[in-house]
Amino acid sequence: MPLLTPAGFVLGMSALSAACIGLAAVGIGLGQGFAAGKAVEGVARQPEAQGDILKTMLVGQAVAETTGIFAFLISMILLFVNPLVGML
Amino acid sequence: MHDLSNLGPRIILGFGDGGIFVTETVFFAIIIAITMSFLAFWMTHNMQRQPKGKQVVAEFIVQGIYKLVEDTMGKHNSNFAPYIGTLFIFLLFANSLGLLGFRPVTADVNTAFALSLTTAFLIQYHGFRTMGFIGKIKHMSSPYPFMFPLKVIEELSFPISLGFRLFGNILGGAIVMALLFTSLETASEALHLPIPLLQAVIPLPGNIFFDIFEPILQAFIFTMLTMVFISMEIFIIGDEHDH
Repeated sequence: MPLLTPAGFVLGMSALSAACIGLAAVGIGLGQGFAAGKAVEGVARQPEAQGDILKTMLVGQAVAETTGIFAFLISMILLFVNPLVGML
Repeated sequence: MHDLSNLGPRIILGFGDGGIFVTETVFFAIIIAITMSFLAFWMTHNMQRQPKGKQVVAEFIVQGIYKLVEDTMGKHNSNFAPYIGTLFIFLLFANSLGLLGFRPVTADVNTAFALSLTTAFLIQYHGFRTMGFIGKIKHMSSPYPFMFPLKVIEELSFPISLGFRLFGNILGGAIVMALLFTSLETASEALHLPIPLLQAVIPLPGNIFFDIFEPILQAFIFTMLTMVFISMEIFIIGDEHDH
């Protein structure tokens, strides 16, 4: 029996890349934190506009989250419906 | 509680040789629709001039939605409020089904894309209606004609990102909760507890975040983006009139 079967190699590499996709969370964390920090500054300067600032911040953070959601979907596809194993 | 080995929704009813089937997504979506209709009829039944009881709640919901729509889209666009309100309440129910232990309806890519394509159709319809076909093409190729392909890609990618944002957030929450429940089940079996105490108390903060906070946030964001993009298509022509 060989040390490394092709299917085992593909599965291992898929798991590794699914884990590496977690690095996308770094960018989202930075972006959302930046937006939240700026929103805090805005509220501190102008407390009466808190509702509008909160609304705008949430929508902006949701848009910034899109790349992370795409990364999450790719890792879910690699982990659960792995198309690479079928190509062997 | 979700099955981690299979991510898709379960088939609960099959007709014939299984080619035609009803998944739990469709089943719960129909239940939510019936619940919403029943609540709407029941709350507005026998209305009084001096509101009390259930009528106060109904008026609070309707007034809140109308205020949100008028604040975001302008006073003269309050005719969007029924659609936006229905979307918001449906998403609220659909996202937080995990609270009752079922699979959230929006953790199915078909539901998320049905909703996002409806929004995209509304956006394009109002864009073409307010600007006309030529006006829309002109608007998309301004300020420079070579921007046109970029604008086409932008408008095509909007429903995709809107649908995947809702789907990914809710599915991610469901998977995290399933992992948490599975690990706690294993732990309480290993400790030989007669009652699964660990699963009863420890996941509560997770439930609060993924089944209460996240559904409200995602429903709000979905409706907010719908409103913002529709009003962008409507307002552009109004600005040109002012000049």
